[in-house]
This record gives sequence, structure tokens and C-alpha cells, in this order.
Amino acid sequence: MSTSSRAPGRARAAPASPLLPLAVHDLSWHVGDTPLLRRIDLALEARAGCTAIMGPNGAGKSVLLRLLNGLIAPSAGSIRWNGRPPDADVRRRQAFVFQRPALLRRSVHDNLDFVLRLVPGSNRAGRAARADTLLALAGLTGRERTPARRLSGGEQQRLALVCALATEPEILFLDEPTASLDPASTQAIERIVVDSVTAGTAVVLVTHDAGQARRLADSVIFLAAGRVTEHTPGETFFTEPRSDEARDYLTGRLVTRTAESARPLSPIINEARSTCP
Amino acid sequence: MPVRHPTSAIRPSAARPPGVCPLASRPSATRPSAAAGIRGAVLAATIAFAGPSLAADETILLQSTTSTANSGLYDAILPAFTETSGITVNVVAVGTGQAIRNATNGDGDVLLVHAKDAEEAFVEEGFGVERLDVMYNDFVIVGPTNDPAGVAGTKDVTRSLDLIATSGTPFASRGDDSGTHRKERALWEAAGVDVEAASGTWYRETGSGMGATLNVAVGMGAYALTDRGTWIAFGNKRGHAILVEGADELFNQYGVILVNPERHPNVNAEAGQAFIDWVLGDEGQAAIAAYTLDGEQLFFPNAK
Amino acid sequence: MHEITEALGLAVALVLAGDADLFEIVGLSLRVSLSAVAIACAIGLPLGAALAIARFPGRGVALIVVNALMGLPPVVVGLVVYLALSNAGPLGTLGLLYTPAAMIVAQSVLITPLVTALTREVLAPLHAEYDERFRSLALPLRTVVTTLLVDARPGLATVALAAFGRAIAEVGAVIVVGGNIDHLTRVMTTAIALETSRGELALALALGIVLVTLALGVNACVAGLSRDTIRVSARA
Repeated sequence: MSTSSRAPGRARAAPASPLLPLAVHDLSWHVGDTPLLRRIDLALEARAGCTAIMGPNGAGKSVLLRLLNGLIAPSAGSIRWNGRPPDADVRRRQAFVFQRPALLRRSVHDNLDFVLRLVPGSNRAGRAARADTLLALAGLTGRERTPARRLSGGEQQRLALVCALATEPEILFLDEPTASLDPASTQAIERIVVDSVTAGTAVVLVTHDAGQARRLADSVIFLAAGRVTEHTPGETFFTEPRSDEARDYLTGRLVTRTAESARPLSPIINEARSTCP
Repeated sequence: MPVRHPTSAIRPSAARPPGVCPLASRPSATRPSAAAGIRGAVLAATIAFAGPSLAADETILLQSTTSTANSGLYDAILPAFTETSGITVNVVAVGTGQAIRNATNGDGDVLLVHAKDAEEAFVEEGFGVERLDVMYNDFVIVGPTNDPAGVAGTKDVTRSLDLIATSGTPFASRGDDSGTHRKERALWEAAGVDVEAASGTWYRETGSGMGATLNVAVGMGAYALTDRGTWIAFGNKRGHAILVEGADELFNQYGVILVNPERHPNVNAEAGQAFIDWVLGDEGQAAIAAYTLDGEQLFFPNAK
Repeated sequence: MHEITEALGLAVALVLAGDADLFEIVGLSLRVSLSAVAIACAIGLPLGAALAIARFPGRGVALIVVNALMGLPPVVVGLVVYLALSNAGPLGTLGLLYTPAAMIVAQSVLITPLVTALTREVLAPLHAEYDERFRSLALPLRTVVTTLLVDARPGLATVALAAFGRAIAEVGAVIVVGGNIDHLTRVMTTAIALETSRGELALALALGIVLVTLALGVNACVAGLSRDTIRVSARA
């Protein structure tokens, strides 16, 4: 997607090749001999809106998210964003918000500026203006000089979220973004997510919070024991789940892990899933 | 009521005419050869800090011993030479063995030490041009004033060493193959004492320079052989004094040699020879004789 | 023991009198060691960052070697550099032996492994923390390295100070390659060694006190600077 590919004189044009639809085919991921994801097939359409990935512990949700973003390589199968694998170029058009925000050891402003500098063609004035907008979005106006680490948990996550949005990603991945936050911060985060979806960003959200999924998701992918049991529109998933596993999950019945999925997971996944309820 | 954020805040490029797609692939960064940059920086830094090797004044490097340097002789006589000739003499003062080794490597222009056999071998092997006598002084045996071995006052070195060995009082040796050390070993041999066997018992080999060895001797109440010059200039005498002196065997001859420019082209032969001519000539010899410490003359010129 | 009190008095007297020789020696010590730290950081910071970030075959071995080189005896380094710079050696034509430049080279060789190993130690946990995020941003390697180095400033300041401490306190390397030549290559530590060998223990101690005070001063400066940086960035 470089400027050279665009004909001169064209004004308002959509990006030459959008990242959606997403086609995942036969995707598998192993840790040693233990399979974590088994032969997953998925599809996300062009106007996917917000897609929630749900499922019990150990189902492979965080792994799936990372595979989609290209942070982990699949053991087998393929992931194609409108025909392209999740390489560095594709990744630059996406953004990932982690459960624990990995903010730089700098001020709020410098964290924003760091990401804004990654956008090519930016100048100082442009970045300053955009930073102000993003700060307002995060509700952190006036806190520019505060060291990012001194913010509260909710504030840090809001900052991480607007940092992710700073590059205007087409796809936004969120890995349990509000798992350890209070209701007020959760609401603030959700508000930004909803507005992002409205602005045209496709969001893929891993969450344990059924309420959150209900509030935000246009569709739900349910993962259990490394397999996708269903991919249903949001309206019907919560009232009429199609798979037994989803039904058990929603009604609170504990899903017993199989012997296979009970084996120790890799450090990457452990880190990502550390404080899941 | 939570505020709805306008689309333009989240996706400004979607709300305005797009110029460059905000996420166009960035130009791949061609990393400049970091290694070449670092090497250049190091070289620049070292050249910037390179000392007087780039200076306009002429300098020569004199490899000499700690006994001559520590006694203060060079501080006394070299300024006179620099004034007449305009040549600065930089002195590297190390043990005799190291000085000869350095000169063998060509890391010096003139060699001035006190180990005649080693000096003659140096010339014979072609590393030096000619060996010439420049000055002498003498060695003395120092020890604790309470003198456990009872050697004070004797002019008989062989007898003194014998007494020290029998009494078992500690003796601190340089043990570093220097001129002083070789002289010391020769004296023990003449006295018929096997110091190798005694090493680690009363015979303590420090493997160090004269000053360090004297510190050890003073610290452990041991006897030691030292050149007079170093002893007089030594600042840590405590309860030690000269106990044996004046014997013929304690004669200590210094020789000066020009490092052979044919072996090492970098040698500043002209300036080096100028120094040698001066130190062997009337002016240099007089300067040597004039140098005293605590009223005592330390070195006696004897150039031929 | 009276030498110690004598030394304290002597140290103060020398400094207050503005003793020219003392200041010459102090100046050269600082020039040599600070230059060595600059060179060691120029090489060791990127190298340490590379070791913290990159995965390559033999990385484990490289790490062991670099850590081991931290324990290089200064006199051994001095000997090796002497042999290299000697007129009988490969780099003799540079004419660097017995100059401050040779001393800078020797000290740089001595402390570069230290800077490398400790930089790696400081950056590795930081990299572990940032790695996933940086990969999701698809940052080029150059940006990753500079970001880590900038964010790890406090830790790296300590690394530089450790390297400075090691350099300014050593005598083995500089005495062999420098020759302890008066007014040319004499630094604090070689002067102390000289005065000790002259038996001038009080003077040697006095110089030692000056040296330690110097090191204290440098550390205090760095601490002051880093505190100011924190204060500036913290101002709301």
C-alpha cells in the first residue's frame, strides 16, 4: 500500500487493498507435542465490526489472537488477510493492546509521541495536534508530563489503547483489556472501543467478561479445547448458543479440560493469561 | 452520560482527504555499517589523544631502572641536557630485565641499566650499538637496627651473608632477575649458601622492584641488598639502617647503550647518541657527580 | 597508622595549594579514563543490546565469554596491548606506545567487556517486557535498540560509572603501556605506585584520598544529573 500505487489526482479513495476479509484455514499450533489449537477455520468479513473471542481457560484464545497478528508463527495451516500473511507490512496496519500495558518508561506525552513518530509523513505540529486529540480521547488531558508508570491501572490501559489507535490501524486486537480494571475504567475503555468500531476499525477482542462481549460484540467466536465450536452473531450467541461447550460456559458449568490441554503451557501464553479470573 | 468521541478523533484519515495512507510501508532502514563507524571513532579518538609523538620538540625514550629513577638522579641532571640540546628525555623506569626486554623490542632509544653481563649480551646479539661505562655506586646491606644476625660494621660481605643465613633472620630478595638481584645471587653463591632451597623460609623472594622489596623488608624486619641511591632516597626507612657497606664486591657499575637503529628503524639514533655523548662528556659527568641527597653523593661518574 | 592522619593533611594541603603536578596527574587520569569509558560505551552499549535482543547460534557461549572477560586482570591487558603496540609488534608503526593514547586503548580493552555484559544484564529484562509490543508495532531493529537504550538510562548510567570506577582505579594496564613517564603518562594510580615504591607512604595515601574523592565527585555529578532528568519529566 504505497503512494506510488495510487494514481495521481485521486482524492478520497479507500485504501487500495483492505486487510479484510480474513481467511484462516486449517490453523494449528503446538507447544512441543501438545496441540493447543487444532485445525481452526475462521472467516471475518469486510464489515466485521467487533468480534469477541470467548472460551474457557486453556482454550487458546490469546494464542489465536497472537497468531492473527503475526506475533507467533503457526505450526500448520494458513492465515490470510485478504490474501496476505501477517507479515511486518500487514502488522503495521494493525495494533495490539495487551492485557498488561507495556508502556515505555517515559511521560504520557513521550509515549504518544513515540508511536506517532512511527506514522510516516508526520511533522511536529501534526503530531502535537494528534497527541492532544488522543489525550482527550483517553481522558488524560493535562497529564502529559506524568511518567506513564505513575498512572493508575485504568489510566495506563486507556493510554495504551490510544497509543494503539494513534497509527489508525485497520484491525485492533485487544487481549482481555479490562480484565484487571474497575468498572469505571472498563466503561471508559469500552466507550473508546465502540467509537473505534463506528469509525471503521475492525476489532478482535478476547474477553472473559460475558457482559462486555454482550455490550460490544457484533459476533462471537467460541473456542474450547483448541477448536472453534461456533462463530455466531452477538444477538443470538448469548440467548441461543449453538454448541454444548458455549452453553456450559454461559451457564457457569465448569468445563473440564481434557488431559491434553492440561499440560503446561508455554511462557508466552502464561504471561498473557496471568490474571484471568 | 459518557461522551461519544467523534470519528475524526479516532480515524482522522477516514474523515479527511487522504494524502499518504498513514500506514504506508516505511522505507526499510539501511543500517550504516556500524562497525566501520566505531572503528573510525576509536582511531580518531586515539589520534586526538596521541601525545607528544606528534609534537614538534624532539624527544627520546630512555629505558632505565627504578634505582636510578627513584633516587631522583634523572630529575636532577636531565633538565640541563634538555636546555643545551633541546631534546626532551622521557624515562621509563622498570626493572633491569624489563628495560632490556623493552629495548630489545625497540621500544626505546637509549638503555641505561646496571647488569654488565646482560648489557654485553644485548650488544652482542645486535640489539645495541656499544656498551659504555657511565657511572658507579655501591650496594649496601640494610637491616633492622637491632641486628639479630650481628652483621653490623663488617666489610666482609661473604661473612655477613653467612651469618644471616645461619641466624635464620628473614632476608628480602628482589627475585626479579634485575641487576640488583643478579648481584645478590652472585654474592650468595660466593658465600656458599643455597638460597633456592631456603626460598619461602628465611629467604623471601618478592619478585618486585627495589622500593617494593624495601617496603617488605622494613615491614617484616628483614635484611635486604639495595643500591645506596635508592636507600638514601627511600622514605619508609623506619627502624632500618645500612649495616654492611664498603666491600669491593658491592661495587655497582652502570652502563649506557644506544639501541641499534639497524635493528629497529624507529630508533632516534641521532638524538639518542647526542644524549649518550652528553652524559659521558664533561657536562653530564659533572652533573652526575653534583647530585647529592641528604648531603651524600649517590652516583660516581666513571666514563672513560 | 600515623601515616593516615598525615596523609589526610597532606591531601588537603596539596589540593589547596593548587599543586601543579597533582593537577596535571589528576587531569590526565580523568582524560584517560573518561575517554576509555566513552569508547567502551560506544562499542559496549550496542553490543550489549545485540546480546540482549538477538537470538543467534552460539549466543550462550558469547555470553559466557563476555562475562568471563569482565575478570581480565589489568596487567594482562597491559601486556597484551604492549605486545601489540611495541615496535616489535604488529601495530608498532602507529607509535602509540608510552603515550596517553596507548593508555586509553588499554583501559578501553579492559572495560569494554564490563560495559557489554552489564548492558546486556540491564537491557534483557526490559527487552522481555517490550518485545511483544515492539513486534506488534513491527519496529525496525535500530528503533528497538535506541528505544531500549533510552529507556534504560538510569541502569546504563550505573554501568558507565562501574566502568569508570574500574578504569580510574587500575594501575596494571596503564603502567605497562604508559611507562609512568613524568609529565607524560603519569596518572594517579601509577603515581601512587611510584610513591609507594619510594617509601613515601603518606604521600601515596594522600594521592589515594584525592583519587577516591575524585571518584566520589564523578558519581555525585551523575547522580545529580539523573535526578534532574527525573524531576523534569515528572513535572505535571
